[in-house]
Amino acid sequence: MSALSVHAPVLLIAIPLLGAFAVPLIGKLGRGVRDAFVGLIAAFTAALAGLLAANVFGNGGAASVYVLGGKPFDIPLPSGMTAPIRILLEVDGMSAFMALITALVTLTAIAFSFSYWRERSGGSMYHSLLLLLTAGIFGMELTGDMFNFFVFLEVTSIAACGLIGFRVWLGRTQEAAFKVMTLYTLSGLFVLLAIGLLYGEHGGLNIAYLAHSLSGGIVDKIALGLLLTGLAMKAGAVPMHMWAPDAYGEAPAPTSAVLVANSQASLYGLFRVLFTLFGITVSTATTGWILIVFALLTIFVGVTMALVQSDIKRLIAYGAVSQIGYMLLGVGVGLATIVTKPTYGFVAMQGGIFHMVNDAACIGLLFLVAGAVTRAAGTRDLNKMGGLAHTMKYTSVFFIIGAFALAGVPPFNGFASKFLIYEASFKLSPFLAIIAILSSILLLAVFVKAFQGAFLGPKPASLGGGEAPLGMLIPMAVLALVVIAFGLFPGFFVERIVTPAARALWFGRDAYISAILGG
Amino acid sequence: MNGGMSVIVRTVSRFVYGLILVFGFYVIMHGHLTPGGGFQGGAVVASAFALLVVAFGAAGLKGRLNAHLLQSLEEIGALAFLALGFLGIGTAFFYNLLANSGGLFGASVPIGPNNGVLDSAGTLPLMNWAVGLKVMTGIASIVIVMLIGARKEEVK
Amino acid sequence: MNLGNLPFIVSALLVVLGIYTLLFKRNLIKLVIGISLIETGVNLFLVMLGYRSKGIAPIYTFAPAGERMVLPTPQALTLTSIVIGLATTALLLSFAVFIWRHYGTLDVHRIKELKG
Repeated sequence: MSALSVHAPVLLIAIPLLGAFAVPLIGKLGRGVRDAFVGLIAAFTAALAGLLAANVFGNGGAASVYVLGGKPFDIPLPSGMTAPIRILLEVDGMSAFMALITALVTLTAIAFSFSYWRERSGGSMYHSLLLLLTAGIFGMELTGDMFNFFVFLEVTSIAACGLIGFRVWLGRTQEAAFKVMTLYTLSGLFVLLAIGLLYGEHGGLNIAYLAHSLSGGIVDKIALGLLLTGLAMKAGAVPMHMWAPDAYGEAPAPTSAVLVANSQASLYGLFRVLFTLFGITVSTATTGWILIVFALLTIFVGVTMALVQSDIKRLIAYGAVSQIGYMLLGVGVGLATIVTKPTYGFVAMQGGIFHMVNDAACIGLLFLVAGAVTRAAGTRDLNKMGGLAHTMKYTSVFFIIGAFALAGVPPFNGFASKFLIYEASFKLSPFLAIIAILSSILLLAVFVKAFQGAFLGPKPASLGGGEAPLGMLIPMAVLALVVIAFGLFPGFFVERIVTPAARALWFGRDAYISAILGG
Repeated sequence: MNGGMSVIVRTVSRFVYGLILVFGFYVIMHGHLTPGGGFQGGAVVASAFALLVVAFGAAGLKGRLNAHLLQSLEEIGALAFLALGFLGIGTAFFYNLLANSGGLFGASVPIGPNNGVLDSAGTLPLMNWAVGLKVMTGIASIVIVMLIGARKEEVK
Repeated sequence: MNLGNLPFIVSALLVVLGIYTLLFKRNLIKLVIGISLIETGVNLFLVMLGYRSKGIAPIYTFAPAGERMVLPTPQALTLTSIVIGLATTALLLSFAVFIWRHYGTLDVHRIKELKG
């Protein structure tokens, strides 16, 4: 057990990768064997993520380092060196928190896709790509090296676009995949250019080493601008959000949930760059307010575009875009006030980070419900659906839970995190809280309209299908349980999971650097 | 790309194909001593395959292509790479267990400019072979799909 | 011969040409070429970071003694970036092939099934 927990950071990346490479070979033995193998890999990965999180949170959020290929795996500076020479994985409170979110979302999405793909062929390649995407997301979250982060960023881009364009018999999926791949590649190239600039200026690629030697000159500011643009483009912040409705809307339903985890991982990369890599060497008030402006635009544009959609998956996709804005708002308020460190700044960080796990659970639940609904109704157009509540009782309850939670209605988890964000941003500037609250109300209206279109009313005679099968209901129930539990006991979860993550970003820059460079 | 090219091109490409293969395998094998390695050598071998496809066309190569074999070899290459990574898991992932140990690829490496010892560097040449196998079969599969399968058909 | 800042200027020129192609061209294959141009510019920039004047290749096999070597790390970065570029281009071209089969055209302005 201790050997597993010691190697857990690298096993979290290597086991899904092993699964991704082995699934096509094992798939030749039959569908049951393949499903069992994929389920085993997914369960083992989720257990590893839980073990890693327990270790890191149990140590009080201290960063743990893993050296790939090092003679002992936990000494980053071997005899007499002053700079780290190998690729290091560094797991602190924020990384462990993101690993937990990813494990939850991918486990439920993979479990859902067992029943979702029951009638169709090509399942081996689909599961292989999904496991590759999982490995890439874990790599982005656990690494301590900037170029390694870029490599995993590109791995997730390629795997995600392969999944978006998976249904090759439809024309619109290919168009969506082309557009999304172009934007993902462009964002990756901006990030690579920034990493090249930082390497040329300071001579190292390790995040802790760069953080130690950054000085805030003109090259560093250009690199910060490029990194901000590239990572915000991949996370889906307005005005670079054009790919998001196409990507989330055209991918198969369980994949859309994992794509949300992908966007959150690049948002994590943005936070890691802003708080740990640059920290206070650049003017945090300016960068914080840039984040807040992005956040307000994203919240507002996301919700207003969702009002006019008639396709259920694009509607939820625009909802997902606007929720990214809430996370940016919370953490932006925290970044803008990091120099003076008032209490409301830390509360804003807690709200923004707590909203990441809430949003992942709610949007994941909504996308799974949309998958079950479109499969039962045979169409994605809300104007043509109707009356599904008569036959799909459990699914409609799950939709209500997910929608109300996302819109911030108590006693669900969205209310807890959004209340923290409203409270803290009101203290910085009342205008921010007003826009955030109004957009939440609009989002509730959007989801009520979607519920009425899909579930209420008389059922057209041409629609078939009964209740979703049990294999689809169980993952939805797991996510709904998470939504309700986090809503009923928010204080418990905030203190156990969110506060170490927020402390790691807000206070932990020196601890992060000294874990590698030895203080 | 159904038809091939003229007789001169086909004869010369049959002869040059073997030379390109030898050069590609040389680049893969000596990755730890000279510029090259898994990806570069694999790309050279795949270009030999692309030369054959262009020279002979889809009709000429009809009976000799086995897409399933290429896919299985690709997966074996990837799994071999990960297995080599797990080899040294007792110390760390990707730990080079065979270097300087006296066994396969285990001769000790001299420091500074030297004449290049092929037998050294542990798991590095083995990983080069795994990556080279994956790259050559992977790019060959891409070439097959694009040059031979890209015909305008009606959508089902 | 002292090249000065010329490689960096060429790299910036390639990136600008690539962005121009992405913004103003309508054929899908030209968009892929534009992305490839940007990638080439960034790769050239990465390799030039390691150059030290009058340096030789950073390889110990048959190396002449007493010479300065260029840095090997940017070469590894560039190689990884080239491999990623290969995978990206292959994927983009596959999607272009499927779009041609479905829509019969490669013109971006006429492939407009997804709106809003």
